[in-house]
Amino acid sequence: MTTTFKIDSDDSAKKAANVVRKAQSKDIRKRWLLSLPALAIIFFAAAGPLLIVVIYSFLEPGDYTGVIWIFTTENWFNVVMERDIFDDNLVWADAHLSIFWRSIKLSLVTTVMTAIFGIPTAYFIATRSPKSRNIWLFLITIPFWTNLLVRTFAIQELIRNKGVINKFLQWVGLTNEPIEMLFTDFAVGFGMTYVYLPLMVLPVYASIEKLDFRLVEGAYDLYASRWQCFKKIIVPLVRPGLIAGSILVFIPCLGAYVTPRILGGGHQLMFGNLIALQFGQGKNWPLGAALSLTLMILVMIALIYFVKVTSSDEKKNV
Amino acid sequence: MFKNILFNRPFEIKRIPGFQSLALFTFACLYGPILILIVYSFNSSSSLGVFESFSFRWYVAAWENEKVQEAALRSIYLATIAATIATTAATMAALATTRTKKFRGITFIYVVINQPLMIPEIVTAVALLVFFAMIKIATGYQGMMYLIIAHTAFCIPFAYLPIRARLESMDLTLEMAGADLYATPWKTFTRITLPMIWPGIIAGFMLAFVISLDDVVISEFVKSAGQETLPTYMLGQLRRFITPETNAIATANIVVSVILVTGFFLLTQRKK
Repeated sequence: MTTTFKIDSDDSAKKAANVVRKAQSKDIRKRWLLSLPALAIIFFAAAGPLLIVVIYSFLEPGDYTGVIWIFTTENWFNVVMERDIFDDNLVWADAHLSIFWRSIKLSLVTTVMTAIFGIPTAYFIATRSPKSRNIWLFLITIPFWTNLLVRTFAIQELIRNKGVINKFLQWVGLTNEPIEMLFTDFAVGFGMTYVYLPLMVLPVYASIEKLDFRLVEGAYDLYASRWQCFKKIIVPLVRPGLIAGSILVFIPCLGAYVTPRILGGGHQLMFGNLIALQFGQGKNWPLGAALSLTLMILVMIALIYFVKVTSSDEKKNV
Repeated sequence: MFKNILFNRPFEIKRIPGFQSLALFTFACLYGPILILIVYSFNSSSSLGVFESFSFRWYVAAWENEKVQEAALRSIYLATIAATIATTAATMAALATTRTKKFRGITFIYVVINQPLMIPEIVTAVALLVFFAMIKIATGYQGMMYLIIAHTAFCIPFAYLPIRARLESMDLTLEMAGADLYATPWKTFTRITLPMIWPGIIAGFMLAFVISLDDVVISEFVKSAGQETLPTYMLGQLRRFITPETNAIATANIVVSVILVTGFFLLTQRKK
């Protein structure tokens, strides 16, 4: 009797486990089905086409546009190297390298400038009373959701030779001739700082808001100066937000297309414009594909770097 | 009251010298260029430099410009369809990826949904150009579907985030109570879950709508001939000649964004 009973209980336990497992796998299947439309759309119109770009980067360019299906690694060489027309020697592609350098330089400058203006702004918002805090936050979000093109256009209006700034400078008498600002690196850096500033303010604000001001009070009690307190207490505690903000500013800057196109004119190209050029006038799709992937690799490197900085921070804190 | 907002210093320890003035300067810089643009859109003069007198001249000109009309209507049509599909797909995906323990593949779903946010827009744009060129050659179809599906794809993550946030802060017991009272799963969903996450869905839709309305890079590369959206039309104008008409269009654009963002703000505030 006892043995049969044992078998029975074993059996029913197994059955119960089976029922649970079936219900679970049914639930998971349902979840996959629900996600399917979103996944399919993104795969079709965002992620999938990237695979074609990878393939195109290894093909020969067609005469006018498109590709010829012959395997080559030439495009990847052409990202940084050039074949001399006369003696076929490989030389550095200075035109490309200077554009890469400008992209990285301007992105770094923009990140630093947004931090210089963004940290005080975020700090200011976070130290308001909760009610007015929301209003200030709202004021930061409005430009953020306003069309990037419109905001860039506003900057163009501002710094034109006949724009408000130049008129003001002439009226004050600081200068007789308008200062040429449009279509320079300065214009692009200025415009990107303006456009991406909210992306720095928001994450920095999020981490200042969580800041425990008793620590600051403690520092003051121990005779820290305001500057020491800022440097030794506030900055280290706000670092995660600062890093997040830097990612959010640096990465779109690196791939910026609209701002350098409008404020840089046809000459101060950045990475995004160089890529676009290959698909437009350049008509060299494979080179454009290789350049696109190079940009993605640069973005990945920047991301990995930022993630490493964050994780080493966390280790220190433990 | 305004004085109170500006000069309220509840704890002296929170004050850092110079930060307040720098912050207020930053706000002035953020709004200055936009305000100048708006002021000049009401300029009666056709020169951009001199402000003559107040007039709606350029708004009338923009309103009567057939190209502007057509581009604006196309933008709204595109944003409505793309945001609707994106919000539907995002709601389903949000339901699938929240309120569950980790299952195999959930990270994959996250990564794919957020993928459009991580790739530089210009790279997605040229990838779509190449891919759609292949389809155009194969099928000969030149219609709006390319723009619609491209916009839908990059709108999904923006719609997904607020809906997911809403779902995660939702009380599970209400749905259980519904099920206890013999409601079918579908009834529980339509009577309890959906009304509760509705603000999140509307917020997600509005974000997706703004994002689609503002997009210029992907539209510029995906559009076929004669498919100008308002942003690509403006981009073309900026390249050739700027008239105060562009200011008027830009101002109208700002107004629409401000209305939508205010709505979004109010919706997400009420949640807390």
